[in-house]
Amino acid sequence: MRAKSILTLCDGPTCIYKNSRAIRDALETELKNQGLSDEVGIHISGCLGMCSKGPILIVNPGYTIYGGVTVQDIPEIVQEHLVRRRPVARLAVQEDHLYNRFFRIFGDVDFFGRQMRIALRNCGIIDPEKIDDYLSVRGYEALAKVLTAMSPREVIDEVKKSGLRGRGGAGFPTGLKWEFTARETGNEKYVICNADEGDPGAFMDRSAIEGDPHTVLEGIIIGGYAIGAAKGIVYIRAEYPLAIQRLEKAIAAARENGLLGKRILGSDFSFDMEIRLGAGAFVCGEETALIHSIEGRRGMPTPRPPYPSVKGLFGKPTLINNVETWANIPVIMLDGGEWFSTVGTETSKGTKVFALAGKVHNTGLIEVPMGTTLREIIYDIGGGIPNGKKFKAVQTGGPSGGCLPEEYLDTQIDYESLAAAGSIMGSGGMIVIDEDSCMVNLAKFFLEFTQDESCGKCTPCRGGTKRMLEILTRITEGNGKEGDIEKLERLGQMIKKASLCGLGQSAPNPVLSTLKNFRHEYEEHIFQKKCRAGICSALVTYEITEKCIGCGACRRVCPVNAISGKRQERHAINQETCIKCGQCFTTCKFDAIVKA
Amino acid sequence: MGKSITIHINDKPYKVDPGQTIMQAADKLGFHIPRLCYHPKLSIEGACRVCIVEVEGMKNYVASCSYPVNDGMKIRTNTPELRRARRDIVELILDNHPLDCHICDRNGNCELQRLSYSMGIKARHFEGERKNYDEDLSSQAVVRNPNKCILCGRCVRICSEIQHVHNLSQAYRGFRTVVMPAYNMPFSESVCTTCGQCINVCPTAAFVEKSYTQELFERLNDPGLVKVVQFAPSVRAAIGEAFGLEPGHNMEGQLVAALRKLGFDYIFDTQFAADLTIMEEASEFLERIQNKGKLPMITSCSSAWMKCMEQFYPDLIDNVSTCKSPMSMNGAMIKSYFAEKIQVDPKKILSVAVMCCTAKKYEADRPELMFDGLRGVDIVVTTRETAWMIKSAGIDFLNIEPEKTDAPLGLSSGAGAIFGTTGGVMEAAIRTAYELYTGETLVDIELENIRGLQGIKEAAIQMDGQELRVAVAHGLGNACGLLDLVRMDPGRYQFVEIMGCPGGCIGGGGQPYAGANSIPLDEEVLQKRAKALYDLDRGKTIRRSHDNPDIQKLYREFLQRPLSATSHKYLHTHYQAKLPRGIIPDRAIY
Amino acid sequence: MSEITQEKMDQIKAYIDRVKQQPYPTSYLIAVLHYVQGLFGYVPREVMDFVAQEMNLPTAHIWGVATFYHYFNLKPIGKHVISVCMGTACYVKGAHDVLEAIKRELQIQVGQTSEDRLFTLQEARCLGACGIAPVIMIDGKIHGELTAKSVVELIHRYRKAARGKTA
Repeated sequence: MRAKSILTLCDGPTCIYKNSRAIRDALETELKNQGLSDEVGIHISGCLGMCSKGPILIVNPGYTIYGGVTVQDIPEIVQEHLVRRRPVARLAVQEDHLYNRFFRIFGDVDFFGRQMRIALRNCGIIDPEKIDDYLSVRGYEALAKVLTAMSPREVIDEVKKSGLRGRGGAGFPTGLKWEFTARETGNEKYVICNADEGDPGAFMDRSAIEGDPHTVLEGIIIGGYAIGAAKGIVYIRAEYPLAIQRLEKAIAAARENGLLGKRILGSDFSFDMEIRLGAGAFVCGEETALIHSIEGRRGMPTPRPPYPSVKGLFGKPTLINNVETWANIPVIMLDGGEWFSTVGTETSKGTKVFALAGKVHNTGLIEVPMGTTLREIIYDIGGGIPNGKKFKAVQTGGPSGGCLPEEYLDTQIDYESLAAAGSIMGSGGMIVIDEDSCMVNLAKFFLEFTQDESCGKCTPCRGGTKRMLEILTRITEGNGKEGDIEKLERLGQMIKKASLCGLGQSAPNPVLSTLKNFRHEYEEHIFQKKCRAGICSALVTYEITEKCIGCGACRRVCPVNAISGKRQERHAINQETCIKCGQCFTTCKFDAIVKA
Repeated sequence: MGKSITIHINDKPYKVDPGQTIMQAADKLGFHIPRLCYHPKLSIEGACRVCIVEVEGMKNYVASCSYPVNDGMKIRTNTPELRRARRDIVELILDNHPLDCHICDRNGNCELQRLSYSMGIKARHFEGERKNYDEDLSSQAVVRNPNKCILCGRCVRICSEIQHVHNLSQAYRGFRTVVMPAYNMPFSESVCTTCGQCINVCPTAAFVEKSYTQELFERLNDPGLVKVVQFAPSVRAAIGEAFGLEPGHNMEGQLVAALRKLGFDYIFDTQFAADLTIMEEASEFLERIQNKGKLPMITSCSSAWMKCMEQFYPDLIDNVSTCKSPMSMNGAMIKSYFAEKIQVDPKKILSVAVMCCTAKKYEADRPELMFDGLRGVDIVVTTRETAWMIKSAGIDFLNIEPEKTDAPLGLSSGAGAIFGTTGGVMEAAIRTAYELYTGETLVDIELENIRGLQGIKEAAIQMDGQELRVAVAHGLGNACGLLDLVRMDPGRYQFVEIMGCPGGCIGGGGQPYAGANSIPLDEEVLQKRAKALYDLDRGKTIRRSHDNPDIQKLYREFLQRPLSATSHKYLHTHYQAKLPRGIIPDRAIY
Repeated sequence: MSEITQEKMDQIKAYIDRVKQQPYPTSYLIAVLHYVQGLFGYVPREVMDFVAQEMNLPTAHIWGVATFYHYFNLKPIGKHVISVCMGTACYVKGAHDVLEAIKRELQIQVGQTSEDRLFTLQEARCLGACGIAPVIMIDGKIHGELTAKSVVELIHRYRKAARGKTA
């Protein structure tokens, strides 16, 4: 018997945190109690991207989206919506943001023509652990088409025609990369899926794999066919256990269904796949480092050339693309490169997935056509800045990218425009920053990351980022000196141009872009010893307001006895002895201590 | 090689061969691009970024050590911007390196110092935190000072790629990267074979030999001691380089004179003991042949090889000759035969060895080489240390009147001289074994097949209708390759010579550092040093060990005959498997 | 968990034997180290020696790899592992204060284990739960929307639970 209604429950990390699994249990119990188990199917989906509204439950047909659902709400939803067919307005998410529209158009037969979601087209729609679900949305049709009707050459031409560029950050034309690997002779070649997503604040690849692992697999298998490889490897962070588990299941299911292994779908093409785990090294996102890591070595990059397309894994020609790139491939094969190239801008085709986070109403995962402006993303999709705060900057590209201030908000999302503005596309992190953030401190945060993740092989990155970080640290601690800004620029430019790999070549970007766009903040720190956002604690003074009731808690925690005051009277801080540790601030239960 | 292409360097066109790197092409054209981590014998690291150049059309600089030339390429090697970037890079290295050049072992002979000078670094801009690690003084031979390490990785590469010992790896990462043995264990407990090749290639003083020069100066002034010294064949072929001479000068006479001026009472020659080694080793070999002993027999002169064997090839212990090395044989003779002769209590003898080798420091300390509770050699100093002592004592080495070694342990045959180069021990042994076995004198004594710098060399010699198959390897990596053949097919050879260092002792870990315009372990240098020894052999009338009259006298007066009980007591030893067990991977992993 | 037993060594040997059936067996070193850490909670030296022998890989190479990757612990870890997300979203929302509060409360630095062996403190790259930043993960469970105050309370709860069990 076919289910009359489908309930989709988001199983992304935020929703899990917000109790979605207990809700699932409650739903099952309630459906059983109401005798509806047979006609209502429960679907588990990967991250839907509406993290700030979680836990998310979608009821189909009707595409009603419930947000912030609790266990207590379940009987009401079942009774009202499923039995009486009256959606519970109180719990429905009412905003009309882009992703809301996505869900309404899902189900259209020819939705591909208008879809914004290409890479994530199935995320949230299908059960990622069921291959049948994937097959029901034309899954593996692209593979079948490729194996029966297209030569490897034609596959590569189609990718070239699509204009797809690598989604891992650098934006190298994908078709060209395939062509380079395909033209190498020799029958031992490899295809690698780079799922070592390491940008702090980015989780696109994780969500794509958790939500729709088969799309990625299908892309990789097609890539293997195109370049003549018999083996594919997914290199994924060990920190993503759920994604790993879903990939394993997907690979097993694909094998069972003859989609992996010998003579796939009865063709002459044999291909198998394997998962290799990373172990916590950001630099392994760089392709030569990644290859060394798969080889069981320290993940240190080596000079290119030779490029992996010529001499890659185990010294054999190797094609590496990242998760999102692979996820686009089946669509390109089914609907054609020409169609794909109609989406996006002149130089950047298709869509891009972003992890929108920071000081914005709607944080989560979005996929937008190239050419969408930053303003549309932040204000239309993201819903603007919360708490009436002022927008200050948007950071794209993570630790390799830059910070763009308000005047760049109408910049279109594409590789060239972002680069021209002083940032990069990167793999898709997008952090919104409001007036409460200190740009010097933010630059320091990113540099701390890259400095910590530097493999230590080449001098500019190993020594240079360390020295830049030291300079930034002293600036944020109130010890900045005249000439520090110039030193940062001098080192930054040198590191960019002289480092061995992409990590080093992009590591100075957050500093250089904030120096370009927020130089006055650096100058304030250095010359006026002032942090306008009140973030750099050494440049902050703590004061006790009239809210103080004289409980004495602050006085007791102060490690340098800088606080004095009688019981039940307003206390005071001696600014000369205060070391600005902030312990009084966190201890006070009455919000009587403020930063100035 | 395809047909030539055109590249432009600093706006001038040049025809060059394709298929080479920018650095290789520039070198040939007379543009010396500065460099640090690069070494022609090792894999390309591309790490230091000192050799960057500008290539038109490229957004970033490229490392000339790894980037290939293309037709029409426009390269700039010396623009102001590039010079500044290079200078900043070298500054960054200096910023994490101790500023103690004036008290450093490599003072005046440090690649980083030279580079800093040529970059024109006059001020420091980026000083900050410096690393601060403990020096590892645990090994008798090799001192590791991570604070001086600039992470060029040459030591890691030579230890794994050339020597196959794999004792070193980069550990941790980023700014905290340190080159160390597994678990940062003390060198004395690691699989380090003490070959000292890391010292040879280190651009700074991150690896140096454990120095005994101060102690030696002290003891040379002790009136209660009889001071005896011996020096190895290849010391004389290389020590001139430390005084600015071109490689290949035989400085034997000057060295003897200088040692005497330093205060030694008796100057003996390790070449004498090389002859003695041949007497014992050739006899042992023939005995193994005649009595169906374990074959192939493998030579045991190289101390680094001995430690390597105990850790990596304990299954071959019985194949290894029981002979001590020439140095230890001479030491034993000094404190027995010679002590008796001059009627001095051997405890009152200070026995010093001047060696091209760091591993000999380790060997001298081995308990299994002791006899009558005595060490044969008390102090080992390297060629480098000796050169420094000569300079420090104010001796005009180059203009000194040459002198001769002393009897009874100073006279040597040409066979003893060639011990210092790869293939030499084998050649010397065959000269004697042939005669001992056939009763006839070998006429054609120069065995070209086993000379030269090829990694593994083979030869077959007819002895009384029997074919003697021998093989020679130098450098522990080549040795591993040869021994794997031996493991697979024990009957393939009857006699195998192994030397731990590339080129044999002439390329030892204690030889003079490469000068300002040369490269450590340069093949041309090794060939010139080898030629000095072969010339020495050719210039002698006595070219076979058994013809050395002082050797004959030693047997008459003291040892009786090769392999006698006395011989066994003083000249032979045994080896034992050692832990940790060393591991040689099936395939290259670096 | 951190005890080295014959049984665990046998398991490791069996795992390595399986790996050796694959092409390029030494490339599985990181997988083997993951497996070892799964058994012991960290990668003990004795086990690295064993892996070296079994996989025919130099110990220095294994040491170099184990120290390169942050994921591998080289010392025994505490009962609970606290990973503080240092992703950008968490940073923007105050992860630094949370981390400092934990350090103060446990009197340890990142990478260390508290004296009572209850907690090991680690920094994590983005945990992918940016919607509820700042977050920490304790033994695989995510805790979000934390403050310097609430995280201390959270640690108290874990402490109490541990005490309850041992009492």
